[in-house]
Amino acid sequence: MSDDQVTFTVDDVELSAPKGSMLIQATDKAGIHIPRFCYHDKLSVAANCRMCLVDVEKAPKPMPACATPIMEGMVVHTKSAKAVEAQKSVMEFLLINHPLDCPICDQGGECELQDLSVAYGGDKSQYTDIKRVVFDKDIGPLIQTELTRCIQCTRCVRFGEEIAGMRELGMTDRGDRAVIGTFIAKSVDSEMSGNVIDICPVGALTAKPSRFTGRAWEMQQHAAVSPHDSVGSNLYIHTLDGKVNRVVPRANESINEVWISDRDRFSYQGLYSDDRATRPMIKLKGEWVETDWNTALQYAIDGLQLVIKENSVNELACWISPNATLEEHYLTQKLIRGLGSNNIDHRLRQTDFTDQSFAPVMPWIGKDIESIERLEAILLVGSHVRKEQPLIAHRFRKAFRHHQVKISAVNPRKFKWRFKTSHELISSAEGMVENLAGIAKAVGADQANVSALISAASVDEGHKAIAEELTTAGEAATIFMGNIAAQHPQFSVLRALSHAIAKQTGATLAYLPEAANTAGAWLAGSVPHRFAGGSKANSTGANISEMLASPKKALITFNIEPEFDVANPAQAMDAMDAADFKIVINNYATEAMKEYADVILPLSAFSETSGTYVNAEGFWQSFKGAVSPLGESRPGWKIIRVLANLMKVDGFDYMSSEDVRNEVKEQCRELQLDNSISVDAPIANISKTDGLQRVGDVSLYSVDSLVRRSTPLQLTKDADHNHAAINSTLAAKLKLEDGDRVSITQSGHCELTDIRIDNALADDCVWLPAAEELSVQMGTTYSPIELEKA
Amino acid sequence: MSMRTVKHYIKSFLFLELIQGMMVTGKYLFKRKITLQYPEQKTPISPRFRGLHAQRRYANGEERCIACKLCEAVCPALAITIDVEERDDGTRRTSKYDIDLFKCIYCGFCEEACPVDAIVETDVFEYHFENRGENIMTKDKLLAVGDKYEDSIAANRAADAPYR
Repeated sequence: MSDDQVTFTVDDVELSAPKGSMLIQATDKAGIHIPRFCYHDKLSVAANCRMCLVDVEKAPKPMPACATPIMEGMVVHTKSAKAVEAQKSVMEFLLINHPLDCPICDQGGECELQDLSVAYGGDKSQYTDIKRVVFDKDIGPLIQTELTRCIQCTRCVRFGEEIAGMRELGMTDRGDRAVIGTFIAKSVDSEMSGNVIDICPVGALTAKPSRFTGRAWEMQQHAAVSPHDSVGSNLYIHTLDGKVNRVVPRANESINEVWISDRDRFSYQGLYSDDRATRPMIKLKGEWVETDWNTALQYAIDGLQLVIKENSVNELACWISPNATLEEHYLTQKLIRGLGSNNIDHRLRQTDFTDQSFAPVMPWIGKDIESIERLEAILLVGSHVRKEQPLIAHRFRKAFRHHQVKISAVNPRKFKWRFKTSHELISSAEGMVENLAGIAKAVGADQANVSALISAASVDEGHKAIAEELTTAGEAATIFMGNIAAQHPQFSVLRALSHAIAKQTGATLAYLPEAANTAGAWLAGSVPHRFAGGSKANSTGANISEMLASPKKALITFNIEPEFDVANPAQAMDAMDAADFKIVINNYATEAMKEYADVILPLSAFSETSGTYVNAEGFWQSFKGAVSPLGESRPGWKIIRVLANLMKVDGFDYMSSEDVRNEVKEQCRELQLDNSISVDAPIANISKTDGLQRVGDVSLYSVDSLVRRSTPLQLTKDADHNHAAINSTLAAKLKLEDGDRVSITQSGHCELTDIRIDNALADDCVWLPAAEELSVQMGTTYSPIELEKA
Repeated sequence: MSMRTVKHYIKSFLFLELIQGMMVTGKYLFKRKITLQYPEQKTPISPRFRGLHAQRRYANGEERCIACKLCEAVCPALAITIDVEERDDGTRRTSKYDIDLFKCIYCGFCEEACPVDAIVETDVFEYHFENRGENIMTKDKLLAVGDKYEDSIAANRAADAPYR
């Protein structure tokens, strides 16, 4: 036995555990159960519930197992009369003030207090006085409080401080007057706040959207994978009567640990929105008719074939959601290519495709998610990681709490982080390029395609400091390119510069893929220039930007709303108008779709289809449908398969989605993943914006059609984007004050809105996020914009 | 001719067996009657009798049921269907509470499971259905039964209370 192990005895079983670990950790590992409420594996030890009292020999009093470090030769009894008596007494104290309202409590049936009171609770209460009453607080649209039930374990308080990084909940007063609450009357707004619902051992914090909808014992549990961000958080979908009733995390230490973001947890609320497409529809003489699948498919094929015959097959295009499954991506590109076209793209928000043929096989973080915790330095390039991939930001925070990892950022806005950043360089789009070039110069990088930029760059203190951090950390540094970088008008330049810096310092170049299956879409060949497995296509089709600039005649959209999901909504809608025949395959049938589409084929949602997502670390996660498809909707891979069969395209004899996945897997078998990019890759021209520039990201709760329809998420503060923002310098120049009405004009479209003054922004920048009601008729994000007082 | 045959003839000719039988009849003819003239007369019923279901209310008219779904969970015949909603005043209530009397086996588990004595089985056993669908006791019907028989329900519960 090595020196750092100690041996001790629990219930006559000899155990050994690392020195300094707590008793409860060792017993948990050995499968010996000790009751507890306040102890949680992922949180610090509070030892305030006292439920885990055990009998330690030679100790005068029972000891709390969660706060008793193991000693050599310790003899512990967890079930001796002394231990059990102590546990029963604690239980009696806890039950003094706990209401007997299990029948109306949503936690009933899955409650830790209920379970343990069966084992340790008495059948009679000796307490005869009035029970404590605590009034509820409204802490937002996601979490329901019932604070009379609280047993003051403070798990939620510790979660806020240690995991979410927001001290939102706290305990005030003491003794039997101690109550949990928000410090000042405010809501709980962390993007991970929903996890307190899971960690609350009683029914004091429960999920508001699914309140009173079902009991724990009547729901069925199905494993699933998050369809929103590239973390690929593991989920359990709980269904009741064939409908999704709630979503909870599925523990996976290497991906999401035991947490999930609120987006993953509550987006299911959008599944049954009123505009969900449940029957195939075709437009006959300008009137929408609901019909059966055969008619709709035949109509779709006839329309497609007519356009192809009258024009050429090059007039066929497909825009596909990066949240579609690997199977859907693969079959869709196979169908489009089988018909003879290469015009398929999933990079809907990207605007710069200059270096696409040099891009890695798929964007990924270049290592596993867990290893982020061990980084020494991080440079974020165009990333609002906290809202884009909340659980990656959680790993950053863990690294920060553990060893104060140096985190710097080159961004268009000084975002509010839950970790300390050492340097943040905030600027407009061109400024980001200049800043990155400055850092490159400071580290002494040189690279053929950006050498002119680097030598022209001016280096300031910030650049030098970041360069210093990256160089010191060497291989333990990583440069993350986020969603904002991918949407940046000079993405290729940012990529080339980041690559140059990474190469010089030894850091890893990592991408935080934009959507749930961005990586999978690349692997499946859902890009105009590559086949599945990353091999070069026979000829390069049009990318999304080209398809917008010179619209195609026949268009298939797969689960997207172009006015929200495409970089340039104004242009996208024009492209729609210019096309002769449009097939919409979508979860929803919106009024906008009914304006432009010719056929609407109802698509099953993520909970209703089997498929595979490839996450940011390149991990393939397959899942099965939790519920049967709503109405007449069908899984995407089946729709595409039948379309292909009816159009007599060969190679679509799949019996299951597994068949499709295996075929993709076969094509990706010999893939070597490498994030580096050739030094000869072409880069985009840098155009200087005169006047004001629009900057922005895509809000956490606007990223896809499902979250946009989740009412509780839309009620949170994070979803409040019906305004534009500028900094105080610009406000002074334009003589604007906070809250003034302004008119914003871009791409010939004008909107009236309120202005907010926010000094997190750079000069001459107007913050106006994409995929919001305000911006659906405007152009791309990083382009000129006009602003004046209304 | 054997002895047995002789005995048989004697019994037969003297109507001995008939007289024996008539004696039994005659005895019961004068004994106290136990047959009741249903429906004019009825047998006494135990307070624990499990008949037609009812939902009870509190004295202030508020329905007792809180939609905890324990009766639905315990029902061995899966006869109970409940939908829950949050009523405007924030309390947890059923929006649907159906008992299918064709499925019900009158085991009384629902009554035992109920934490608020809302669902009970009354001592009413005289009911019938004339149309399809009438076998489904909806919440309204159950509450109506409860309102009608509240006195006897309460009396029965009180009588059984010492043994519960």
